[in-house]
Amino acid sequence: MSKQLVVSSTINGEEVEFLTEPQQSLLECLRDTLGLTGSKEGCNDGNCGACSVLIDNRLVNACLVLGIEIDGKDVITVEGLANAHELHPVQEAFVLEDGLQCGYCTPGFVVATKALLDRNANPTEDEIRFWLAGNLCRCTGYDKIVRSVRLAAQLMNDSREEV
Amino acid sequence: MKTFNYEAPSTIDQAITLMSENSGQVLLLAGGTDLLVQLRSSNQDIDLVMDVKGISELNQINYDEVSGLVIGAAAPCSQIYESVPVLENFPSIIDAATIIGGKAIQNRASFGGNLCNASPSGDAIGAMMSLGAMCSVVGLDGVRNIPIEQFCIAPGKNALASGEMLISIQIPPPRLNSGANYLRFTPRAEMDIAVAGVGASIELNSDLDRILSACIALVAVAPTPVLAAAASASLIGKKPIISAFEEAAGAAKESINPITDVRGSAAQRKHLIGVLTRRCLELAANRAGYVSCKGE
Ligand SMILES: Cc1cc2nc3c(=O)[nH]c(=O)nc-3n(C[C@H](O)[C@H](O)[C@H](O)COP(=O)(O)OP(=O)(O)OC[C@H]3O[C@@H](n4cnc5c(N)ncnc54)[C@H](O)[C@@H]3O)c2cc1C
Ligand code: FES
Ligand code: FES
Repeated sequence: MSKQLVVSSTINGEEVEFLTEPQQSLLECLRDTLGLTGSKEGCNDGNCGACSVLIDNRLVNACLVLGIEIDGKDVITVEGLANAHELHPVQEAFVLEDGLQCGYCTPGFVVATKALLDRNANPTEDEIRFWLAGNLCRCTGYDKIVRSVRLAAQLMNDSREEV
Repeated sequence: MKTFNYEAPSTIDQAITLMSENSGQVLLLAGGTDLLVQLRSSNQDIDLVMDVKGISELNQINYDEVSGLVIGAAAPCSQIYESVPVLENFPSIIDAATIIGGKAIQNRASFGGNLCNASPSGDAIGAMMSLGAMCSVVGLDGVRNIPIEQFCIAPGKNALASGEMLISIQIPPPRLNSGANYLRFTPRAEMDIAVAGVGASIELNSDLDRILSACIALVAVAPTPVLAAAASASLIGKKPIISAFEEAAGAAKESINPITDVRGSAAQRKHLIGVLTRRCLELAANRAGYVSCKGE
């Protein structure tokens, strides 16, 4: 067995310490070690986006990152979006617009959408489709996902105005 | 994935020492978008994976009007296309950085990794090659520079000696009245690998009606990205008009002998190189300031 390395990082706002073997991906660490099974394994080679997470606020594929690489970093997974009482506006929008069927791709789309709307509050349809090009969905045909993203933008803009 | 040791040095010296002290196989990790995929499907025994992203020289993007652009080997595409001097001076670098993978890949994938991976279809390699880039490499014996067209020597093989690593890529400042472009053909507009790609740069005279110099690089049509020397030379002294670009496109087509594989046939690739070279030269000339007149 190879040596275990200690990783200290902030995941969904909480400081965590865990052990990893050097060859374990961040996706394996999240799912198998930390029990955060929201991020999914679709392809395990960077093509489907089901494992999308944010590292230091940047969208990445957790299957193409080693667990050890997040030492000292800030990670957000789909589990970190909702608070105890309510869904994140992006999640709410996917529910309201039926942006999912089987749901396997959804955590990835939700995280990727949050990354988009944090940078661009009013994306055009083209910008939405290009931004989500790295996320694959076998069920919805994408139109409902695009509509979900538009509604999410609106919900997030509305809540900003209320503050 | 087979297991290995992991180190993340923070200086070039530490990295060189780690490489020289390790008798087994050492692999360098930048964004991991090639490396992790390869490690998963490989049976090779790896001693050490050395993450080079923590070394500051490999992360920098610097621009100086005299010495040009320095792209740290591990700087990801998103850092490159968010850099103001790159946006202002190197449009073909932006072309390449924005078509590699999707957003999540672009936040990791580096130009240095693209180059060291030495894939025939490396988009960043094609864009950098047509700009006359120079690769800065360091090893136990110190630093040496390798012209980018000599860096890739076979599919997946680069010119680095054992114990050497790429630090940065240098691109000369854009000349007056010059423009550059990178174009590729993929069945899907994004998240796909080039069937064929063309990078071109062109320099015009001050009246913008003659070509002073040009450089064309071809991607995915040879064992490595290659320069199309005859096609580039054919443009010198010509007017920057379609007929000249078509002649150069013909020469580019003649210069290659591509293979047929899952992405496309040899005949399709030849055809694509003709079309892409012409279009790429036109766009580069437009970026150099040339406004084409109808019929020319
Ligand atoms: C979904 C997906 C889509 C992709 N789309 C494209 C595309 O459209 N166009 C394209 O060209 N490529 C594409 N790629 C391939 C890949 O993303 C690029 O080649 C990328 O630029 C590699 O950079 P990296 O930083 O991830 O390299 P890594 O994977 O970290 O490294 C690549 C290779 O270079 C070596 N290396 C890294 N840094 C150094 C160094 N400083 N010195 C010496 N050796 C070094 C590594 O050991 C490894 O062999 C895609 C990959 C995926 C997974
Ligand atoms: S599982 Fe990571 S991109 Fe598909
Ligand atoms: S909802 Fe089934 S894959 Fe997207």
